[in-house]
Amino acid sequence: MKIHICLTGIKTIILDCNNISQYSVFLINSALMNRRDIMSAVNPDQYSYPSVFIYGHRATGKSHVVLSIMKDLELPHASVDCVECVSSGLLFHQVLSAFFGPDAAALLPRCPSLSDFVRLYKQMSSNSPATQTRYIILDRAERMRDMDFSLLPALLRLQELVNDNVTVILLSEIVWEKFRPNTGCFEPLLFHFPDYSKGKSLVQILSWDHHPSYTPELYASYINILLGVFFSVCRDLRELRHLAVLNFSKFCEPLEKGEAKESDIHKLWKNIEPHLQRAMQTVYLREVSSVQWEQQQMDEKEATTLRVLSAHAHIELPYYSKFLLIAAYLASFNPARTDRRFFLKSHGKIRKTNFLKKHEKTSNHLLGPKPFPLDRLMAIFYSVVDSRVAPTASVFSQISSLVTLQLLSQVGHDDQLDSPKYKCSVSLDFILAISRCVCVCVRLLDLLALSLVIQSQVVRQERSLFTAVSNLHLL
Amino acid sequence: MGNCSNEHRGTSFSASAASLSNPLICSSINTFFFLDKYIFSQVIQDQLNKKVLDSLAEFIKKHGLGCSSDNWRQRAREIPTAALMLGVNVPDHAMTFRSLCNLLQDSVTPFVVSVHAKECADPVLVINLTLVCQATLTIRIIGLLQKSTQVFPQRTESLTNSDFPQSLPVVVIFKDFEAFNSQVLQDFILICSRYTQELPFIFIFGIATSPSAIQHRLPHSVSSLLCIEVFHSLSCTQHLASVFDKLILNSQFPFKLSSRVIQVLVGIFLYHDFSVQNFVKGLQFSMLEHFKSQPLSMLCCQKQEALLSAKTLSKKNVERIRHLPSFMRYVETQEPQEQVRLLTNDEHVKEVCQKLLKNLHKYHKNYYPILQCLHSLTSSLPKFPLGKHIRELHVSCIEKNLWETEEYDSTLLEKESRRTKRMNPFEVLRSQVIEFIDSLVREYLTPAELQPLNEVCYYSSSGVLRQRLNVTPRTSIQAALSHPFYYLQNESLKTDAGTISSAAPDLCIVYKLHLECGRLINLYDWLEAFLTVMSAAEDQDTNSEECGKYDSLKHARFIQAVSEMEFLGFIKSTKQKTDHVARLTWGGC
Repeated sequence: MKIHICLTGIKTIILDCNNISQYSVFLINSALMNRRDIMSAVNPDQYSYPSVFIYGHRATGKSHVVLSIMKDLELPHASVDCVECVSSGLLFHQVLSAFFGPDAAALLPRCPSLSDFVRLYKQMSSNSPATQTRYIILDRAERMRDMDFSLLPALLRLQELVNDNVTVILLSEIVWEKFRPNTGCFEPLLFHFPDYSKGKSLVQILSWDHHPSYTPELYASYINILLGVFFSVCRDLRELRHLAVLNFSKFCEPLEKGEAKESDIHKLWKNIEPHLQRAMQTVYLREVSSVQWEQQQMDEKEATTLRVLSAHAHIELPYYSKFLLIAAYLASFNPARTDRRFFLKSHGKIRKTNFLKKHEKTSNHLLGPKPFPLDRLMAIFYSVVDSRVAPTASVFSQISSLVTLQLLSQVGHDDQLDSPKYKCSVSLDFILAISRCVCVCVRLLDLLALSLVIQSQVVRQERSLFTAVSNLHLL
Repeated sequence: MGNCSNEHRGTSFSASAASLSNPLICSSINTFFFLDKYIFSQVIQDQLNKKVLDSLAEFIKKHGLGCSSDNWRQRAREIPTAALMLGVNVPDHAMTFRSLCNLLQDSVTPFVVSVHAKECADPVLVINLTLVCQATLTIRIIGLLQKSTQVFPQRTESLTNSDFPQSLPVVVIFKDFEAFNSQVLQDFILICSRYTQELPFIFIFGIATSPSAIQHRLPHSVSSLLCIEVFHSLSCTQHLASVFDKLILNSQFPFKLSSRVIQVLVGIFLYHDFSVQNFVKGLQFSMLEHFKSQPLSMLCCQKQEALLSAKTLSKKNVERIRHLPSFMRYVETQEPQEQVRLLTNDEHVKEVCQKLLKNLHKYHKNYYPILQCLHSLTSSLPKFPLGKHIRELHVSCIEKNLWETEEYDSTLLEKESRRTKRMNPFEVLRSQVIEFIDSLVREYLTPAELQPLNEVCYYSSSGVLRQRLNVTPRTSIQAALSHPFYYLQNESLKTDAGTISSAAPDLCIVYKLHLECGRLINLYDWLEAFLTVMSAAEDQDTNSEECGKYDSLKHARFIQAVSEMEFLGFIKSTKQKTDHVARLTWGGC
């Protein structure tokens, strides 16, 4: 077994299992005992640094490195995932039961406070004093910010509070600056786990998964091809491993059929490349589940077209719900001033020069949907629907079911009974699709076109911006 | 049963005994209950979603029991997830989930829990619900849960450490996926994925809109923990069609709906809710109305029973039959001698009635196969001249003579359009077939209203149904407030349109006055106007000095009326001006 470690200031190191212990002792000690005598590591009387903060992107090996070191050196530690700790009591419970056994944890009162925890910890540690440094590892530490505001500062100097040789290690994807409370606190030691580089570490790490019946060289070249396709969109090691395993059987197909030899890399590349491109559009985005993808690979000769998730974007809605949604869209994206012009047959003349104010011209779509009152929605609804509709209870209940379906969203909490306000939360494309199916009357189409003319310019800008942003995001 | 209760009643004994001992009324009630039960059983035993439910169960079996074989998925901590697309008809989902739960518990795993968004404001609640379900199912586990704290991870550990059969998956059904708080969902999925090695979780998302809802609610970091497969349940229109086949296009089911009533029910379905449940409720309601309002509905049952009932018709009911429009029409077509007999001889009416009932049943027996036949012939035509669905064809058939409509002619023409001078054998055959079908249509697809005694089976008060099922609370409130006479039936409240009677309730006066105001109403002006109306009533019998005495009383009445207006949602207090209230409705008098 091999374990990969990368720490700031130290170049990426890949270690064999047999020398990990010595090496990591060195690493950890040099890290944790930063300003102290390195000899203190073997001296249990010497306390280690009270808190360490480790950050880095997803799947850069933070938890893996820390937990492997703990396991291999058999250090006493409590590992807690903060997602699970909906209350601080759960955190205390887990820490105590990891260090002193479940009986100690059971002594906690029903809703334990921080001082209960400290008191109990002190009591327990006086019975069984630490022979080695105890480590509390808090994964996804960013969740701690939502918990009791005094919890984080207290944990950072827990060593002082409980008077025990204990170190708190916080793992997070967010930098320390976002944690620091207003009132200031003890500064932990900071470590950064940088992303894996493409050339060395990613290829090496991924190559460890190689299939027993093929040579490691073949697998390494497969990984190189895979990275060539996916590296531009994804650097998450976990995802890449997942994709590598999923597509490997396809890569080997020509080998098994005897059409190619292991040395024919180019041939193999030609075979797998389009396949990987397809995988990027579907599996990577979870449009297709990994099981479906595998099945498709098996019976590809049948050329089944995969039913991707976003292919079913169309939603069947009751007739009036469609109109309500169209009305909501118009109300959300048209300024209220223009209603008279769009929805009244004899709207009178409006001087063209100041018809739209400057800020309205720029960005109706960029600003997003605006809230509108129920009255306005109903007024527009009655003017777009082609027949007379009685204001029945079911028309109004359709509005609330649209809210539950998250096609509309209700905004504001102060006056929900008397004058509720809504926002339309569906896209232009969705509305166009809906209006295409209901538009038997030409007037509505005109209306939509009219109100969209103003926006079309903006929409075009917005689209190009979105693509730009999403490209940026992927990079 | 009837006798027992009658003995206690004393004076009204004879009257009630007469009505209860009458077997016909009893049987009418019985028929109603019988039919109601039949509807219920037909809808419940619905095999429609069987296919999708079975494939779901198959999916869960595959993932729940065989997960040890594929290592990599466990390593990636993917949780198998079924996205069950149910359509926007939310009221119908409950039934699907109930049968899904039963199916899974019977055939796959006892650990099935279904959660509603409103029960799950934070992840602890979801977890607790999940655990409570398991705990109640296996008492063994409770003994192992010695630390009966509300702590989830501990519970999980004790669960997994036990000798509990690990292979059984834990199925969590999210009934209304869209309504869930996405943060709660994310946390729950993250926590579950941590334990998925020990506890094989399987999720089922009940989705009303589209599968892309998953991607909208969950970020990639979370959705990459799921292995999603999409399942489609039957669309609501297909569901409606099958219910229609079973309950309306069925000669065995004696209760019938007129074309108008069908249009109302289908209209509610298509325009408002897409809910088959509500459609069936509408059907049940119209059946209730029919059996309640039409005394002759006792003849609306299976053929044999109907004939038996017809033999023993009471004098009153014979009279009622004579007054049925369809019977009167029938009488008019008879010979004068026969007419006299029908109007005077009760026994003869009973005999004729039996004959007519037989004819009615025969009509139904022939009607539906021919309808199916015509539908399958025309449903593939471009533009669907006779309707895409069989219900549309059915409505036009029972409403009017189908062969007199333009659409019917054009349909036949469509079939014969390519007729040339010299016909080849195929074309000869085709025109023969069309002639045959045409003759069938003319003979059997006659409107139901022309059938004598159709009132016995057909419920036709579409107005009542619309009023009851498609209610307009706001219109009723406004009608009550502006025309109190309509509900109170007090002569003194009768007024011309637009005027206010001072005898009307205070609330009505205040309502009428507020209609004349703009968006903001000055309370003092409103009070003044109110006092003017009030004093107009008293002008005749009191002098002006006494008016002042009652001011505080009137003031109080005004304030009460205004607060009632606020309660009804017509006005609200506003921060813009302290002595004003804002109107919440638009439109004046």
